[in-house]
Amino acid sequence: MDYETLRLIWWALLGILLIGLAIMDGFDLGTAILLPFVGRTDLERRVVINTVGPVWEGNQVWLILGGGAIFAAWPLLYAAAFSGFYLAMFLVLAALILRPVGFKFRSKLASPLWRNWWDIALFIGGFVPALVFGVAFGNLFVGVPFSFNSDLRLQESITLLSLLNPFALLAGLVSVAMLVLHGATWLSLKADGPPGARARAVVPYAALAFVLLFTLAGIWVREMDGFHITSVLAPDGPSNPLFKTAARVTGGWWANYTLHPLFWLAPLTAYLGVLVAVLSRGRPLLAWVGSALVPLGVIATAGLSLFPFLLPSSTNPDMSLTVWDASSSKLTLYIMLGCTAIFLPIILAYTGWAYRVLRGPVKAETIMSDSHGNY
Amino acid sequence: MDIVELSRLQFAITALYHFLFVPLTLGLSILLGIMETVYVMTGREIWRDMTKFWGALFGINFAMGVATGITMEFQFGTNWAYYSHYVGDVFGAPLAIEGMMAFFLEATFIGLFFFAWNKLSKVSHLVVTWCLAVASNLSALWILIANGWMQFPVGAHFNAATMRMEVSNFMEVLFNPVAQAKFVHTVSAGYVVGSVFVLAVSAYYLLRGRHAALAKRSMTVAASFGLASALSVVVLGDESGYTAGLNQQMKIAAVEAMWNTEPAPASFTVFGIPDLKTHTTEYEVKVPWVLGLIATRSADTPVPGINQLVQAAKTRIKSGMIAYDALSKLKTDRTDVAARKTLDAHVADLGYALLLKRFRSDVQNATPAEIDAAANSTVPNVPVLFWSFRLMVGLGFYFIALFALAFWLSAKRKLDAHRLFLQVAFWSLPLPWIAAELGWIVAEYGRQPWVIEGVLPTALGVSSTTAGNVLFSLIGFLVFYSSLLVADVYLMVKYIRLGPDGTLGHAVAPPFSRVPAE
Repeated sequence: MDYETLRLIWWALLGILLIGLAIMDGFDLGTAILLPFVGRTDLERRVVINTVGPVWEGNQVWLILGGGAIFAAWPLLYAAAFSGFYLAMFLVLAALILRPVGFKFRSKLASPLWRNWWDIALFIGGFVPALVFGVAFGNLFVGVPFSFNSDLRLQESITLLSLLNPFALLAGLVSVAMLVLHGATWLSLKADGPPGARARAVVPYAALAFVLLFTLAGIWVREMDGFHITSVLAPDGPSNPLFKTAARVTGGWWANYTLHPLFWLAPLTAYLGVLVAVLSRGRPLLAWVGSALVPLGVIATAGLSLFPFLLPSSTNPDMSLTVWDASSSKLTLYIMLGCTAIFLPIILAYTGWAYRVLRGPVKAETIMSDSHGNY
Repeated sequence: MDIVELSRLQFAITALYHFLFVPLTLGLSILLGIMETVYVMTGREIWRDMTKFWGALFGINFAMGVATGITMEFQFGTNWAYYSHYVGDVFGAPLAIEGMMAFFLEATFIGLFFFAWNKLSKVSHLVVTWCLAVASNLSALWILIANGWMQFPVGAHFNAATMRMEVSNFMEVLFNPVAQAKFVHTVSAGYVVGSVFVLAVSAYYLLRGRHAALAKRSMTVAASFGLASALSVVVLGDESGYTAGLNQQMKIAAVEAMWNTEPAPASFTVFGIPDLKTHTTEYEVKVPWVLGLIATRSADTPVPGINQLVQAAKTRIKSGMIAYDALSKLKTDRTDVAARKTLDAHVADLGYALLLKRFRSDVQNATPAEIDAAANSTVPNVPVLFWSFRLMVGLGFYFIALFALAFWLSAKRKLDAHRLFLQVAFWSLPLPWIAAELGWIVAEYGRQPWVIEGVLPTALGVSSTTAGNVLFSLIGFLVFYSSLLVADVYLMVKYIRLGPDGTLGHAVAPPFSRVPAE
């Protein structure tokens, strides 16, 4: 397999891992955001928490795996993005740290003060990552200020405030709306009684918010500066971002869609997913599948628009990271592809089995029958 | 403090915190597997209740392990960006495989472990528990393959076009002898932590005269598993010492405070006060031959001393400067054949030239004084290593004695006969954590000034973010982790005090009741 193909496959795999993260971890982030609103009594909140209690830990591994895969396959991206977005990453990590302890510790003491505190912590643990992931994605379109010296040491002047620019905030809201929708369909599927009913009522509002925000972002992208490579760049050349030139061009992020009309299937998938989620409210499983299509469509839309850019530099466009000059060596990509081909199907198989074992809605009576065992 | 010191401090604190929870997870997961196996084989409900009770404590600990582990996966990128670029091609792979092969399985099955007692058959649930245990241990394997490569960077080469290390032989990375030795030593240490935990908490119940049936059975399991683990942790620690001798001679010499090469076989210093300034050790008490045998497994191979290793480093720094000069020429002209040839000849010492970066950026022009200073900087903090190591080894032998005694009492069915033994067992609770943390310090602090031994100095690995940012996150993690630790310890103590009956919400089954047919 040649280097170019391997890089292309790993670009696609990066997308698949992010989609896996947004679908699987996405619904429990959404559920956590909805927790204080759809659960009004302690028991109702326990119903909500126990819909994701047994599965959220496995879901979060999509994030860990995403981090590991970016490290292994796109080390320059891993280094530049995570150190560049330093404080944003700290916020996400701090919020995510609240989750494992929040789920585990909340039900261990009966004090309402203790439980209310963990409800707030779980809400933060859902809302902050959902927002920041979107903001980070938005900044890929805007570009961030960084360069490399001849040792390929990153030099950046990124501040938290500069990451919170209007377009990135819009992208953050798209992400929140998308995950709230996805969490709401999950709760209508899994939460018995009032919390499930309230979540079902949220679906059309979240869907409307998402459609408006996503469409607005699309129009905005058309008007903003995109990037394109201006030199000849060997797709099988060494991974060194100093060997090319690139420039900004207005509407550049739409160029791929003009070139390949089939790419329009990506945003269409997102809209279709919303439609299914809203229209099949009587069939909660189908609605959940619909809302799962939304992150798939959204991430594919963004990725196809940015391709081949991974992280554009606003101050030194030449040094932007692209699919062709930010990857691991051919051998590492090849080995990691082999591992992924073996383990990803196994992961999907036992995850599917786990969900089958845990199938069926979570009821208030079930929680009370084993109050010590449940969250 | 500058960004290097702050980043190192943050990594050390977050890693040491994480490593409070990981060893207990490793050890308890296997103990849960053993207990549930006895339940499935004998059908005695008390063993199911034991699995559930220790499982509840396992769960509290596991949540903390996950919470503090999230930081670790991303910290290389946030705080060690140049490191991530420089070695990501090699180091990233085991981390990613850890996620795919081990952590995914572990995290998916822990949900089933807690929530599927009534949804799975007995045997299926047992399989889930063992998968959880095996996955925890596999997780450690991949992390230690990554860490082993930092100690002994085999199977990789420097690529001038991409300015980084790249994999040349993945099998060598995988079967790195240092990684193998570290893996078995570390998981054994985890088993000791788990066993001492169960032993100490059970001793607490017996001292109070509570839950005797559960406590004695738990103690028996912990004593036998703990004895085997404590023996292997010492034996395999010796293996770790031998493999370190292959590549990290400075670490060995520093741990032994051996300033000068001794005639083979070198003696082992049991006690002494190492002095960093004068390069001498006062009040030495030495046992002849032992170190030579441990580090070289032969009676006639000398173990090099610190002063001799510093001289050797000087030679390598000078050779590295030639490599660095050639690399600088290659950067301006990628087709310079002569420069490429020179680089190839000296590339193994390139890392040593990077030690000079602390003193000047054009390292090819370093003065003899700067070369001396750089060579001296290869000596790690001798007194800290010397004492950490001795304390760790002393504790290792103590655990063997403790478990041997517990095993003997268990065989005589006299576990609750001696209050003194129970008190000793209870107060031993913090000791395995101290030993584990000291082990981390010997391994990682002893690697300094390298982040990748001989390849990349730690100071060069950091990100180019501001020191203020790192200080902010450092304080943030410290406050955050400490408050979570308080909550964690509070809950642990509360549930231990509450005991199995209170934790499970029903009376633990009397020891000889049979399960009704399902």
